[in-house]
Amino acid sequence: MTDLADLTIAQATAGLHAGEFTAIDLLDAVERRAAVTEAELHAYLTLDREGARSAAHAADEAIKSGDPRPLLGIPIAVKDNMVTRGVETTAGSQILAGWKPPYSGTAVLRLEESGAVMVGKTNLDEFAMGSSTENSAYGPTRNPWNTDTVPGGSSGGSAAVVAVGSALGAFGSDTGGSIRQPASLTGTVGAKPTYGLVSRYGLIAFASSLDQIGPIARTVPDAATLLEAVVGWDPLDATSYHGDVPAISRSLNAGVAGIRVGVVAELIGEGIDPEVLAATKAAVDRLADAGAEIVELSLPAIEYALSAYYLIAPAECSANLARFDGVRYGLRVDGSTTEEMMARTRAEGFGPEVTRRILLGTYALSAGYYDAFYGQAQRVRTLLRRDFAEAYEQVDVLVSPTSPTTAFEIGSKTTDPLTMYLADICTIATNLAGDPGISVPISLDKEGLPIGFQVMAPALGEEVMFRVAAEVERLAEFTARPKLATSKVVAP
Amino acid sequence: MPVEIDIARVANLARIALTDEELAEYAAQLENILEHAERVQALPTEGVEPTSHPLPVVNAFRPDEVTGSLDRDDALAGAPEVENGYFRVPRILDES
Repeated sequence: MTDLADLTIAQATAGLHAGEFTAIDLLDAVERRAAVTEAELHAYLTLDREGARSAAHAADEAIKSGDPRPLLGIPIAVKDNMVTRGVETTAGSQILAGWKPPYSGTAVLRLEESGAVMVGKTNLDEFAMGSSTENSAYGPTRNPWNTDTVPGGSSGGSAAVVAVGSALGAFGSDTGGSIRQPASLTGTVGAKPTYGLVSRYGLIAFASSLDQIGPIARTVPDAATLLEAVVGWDPLDATSYHGDVPAISRSLNAGVAGIRVGVVAELIGEGIDPEVLAATKAAVDRLADAGAEIVELSLPAIEYALSAYYLIAPAECSANLARFDGVRYGLRVDGSTTEEMMARTRAEGFGPEVTRRILLGTYALSAGYYDAFYGQAQRVRTLLRRDFAEAYEQVDVLVSPTSPTTAFEIGSKTTDPLTMYLADICTIATNLAGDPGISVPISLDKEGLPIGFQVMAPALGEEVMFRVAAEVERLAEFTARPKLATSKVVAP
Repeated sequence: MPVEIDIARVANLARIALTDEELAEYAAQLENILEHAERVQALPTEGVEPTSHPLPVVNAFRPDEVTGSLDRDDALAGAPEVENGYFRVPRILDES
């Protein structure tokens, strides 16, 4: 018999409504999976056992009465930078250790309203700044495919729990690739929606013009189901999109015949691992065989995306993280004046990467430098958007590798910050453009580590993006499971 | 052009109390990162408007109506120090 922790959301929903098992059975299964894998993975920061149990009980009652909500009774994990009322929320930082928020964010509330069961809060790079989850103040998360390697980041905990089956789906946040890159490194599906599609209310802000909440799941249809539960205008986020929401899952089975697919020339050359490159080309060939029109396109401004990002993101983070001052929540280190208390609190509360980015951003925004750094980077963003707009006149979607490499060893990129920043070269441009992107696992490399394939679409183009992603998934027939998920499972 | 940063001033603006060794280390790292940013600065962008939001979103208004807000005790519950319903902080002004 299949362990319930290995089901997709679609399978679990079918089983729940057919009366084959209960939401409590599902919760038991993922908690059991967590119990046998967490010592090695450290993917959860907090398990909300009581809250999850009561939500599962409520779901079972609702299922009996024929309630059709698509996430009813499904165990979901949430990244620990999404605030959850009464459940400790740290953003992976010492400065928020022990903080229990007095409210829940909009995406979390919408998940609750959809009947999902929130299992717990997942580990992340401190304040979502990083690409490996090694920057967490609570210790790194390990990759279930090989525990000597990182799961990617910053949503590494969310990716790892989905890969190993200690949740059937999860939410993360993506500022420069923080959902898609860990999805790629853990053999899961991760989507960053169009900026503004999911409310950021209750997402602890890193870089406000780039941050976006999105799903991580085992399959493309599951990711679509998760995303559909949280999208839509929210009066509490002034940047949220007020128009019609795209029909995310409408065309999942429509195939790619006649779809124009652009391969981004700048992202299939230098800096990409040869095995990743070969797998990417094979996936593109399969799309061509399935009837897609393939075009190679150049987006010259992509070459400047990483540099522009490392001005914009630190600038915005330096402003956003000013709120952590030892007054209203979190850590306080005493000082003889308020200013001294604040400076000591921040020195002790923030880790090195966060400190580095606050300093960089403070410098870039300081008198005399604003226009040369932040202003110029925002203009480069416009150039990049023009390149994307031109490309999307010729094609429906763009494709590339998600990550230049597969999972790398823990500690291998922590000495020089710049080497870690390169982990996001394929994903950062869509954040700057505000467009959606999704990563789909396509194969394993020689070491047995997953390779992800990225599909990008113009703003609000989620329907065609999920359509192509679903076909990439079908054609890849990726069924491998991480060692940790199979070796550790004991029959119930 | 090598970048030179007055790191002590920046750390003070950011309100982070760092030791001299930490300051020196961050200064070197920041200068290294900013050298890469020079590529961006060299791009001709005359007449290019900056992008701050990718979608055509304009001012978001709401009706001017009184609605509920966070309960005071809830708002104060996470604070390191509270007194008489207020956040308490160390002295701000000198006695004189």
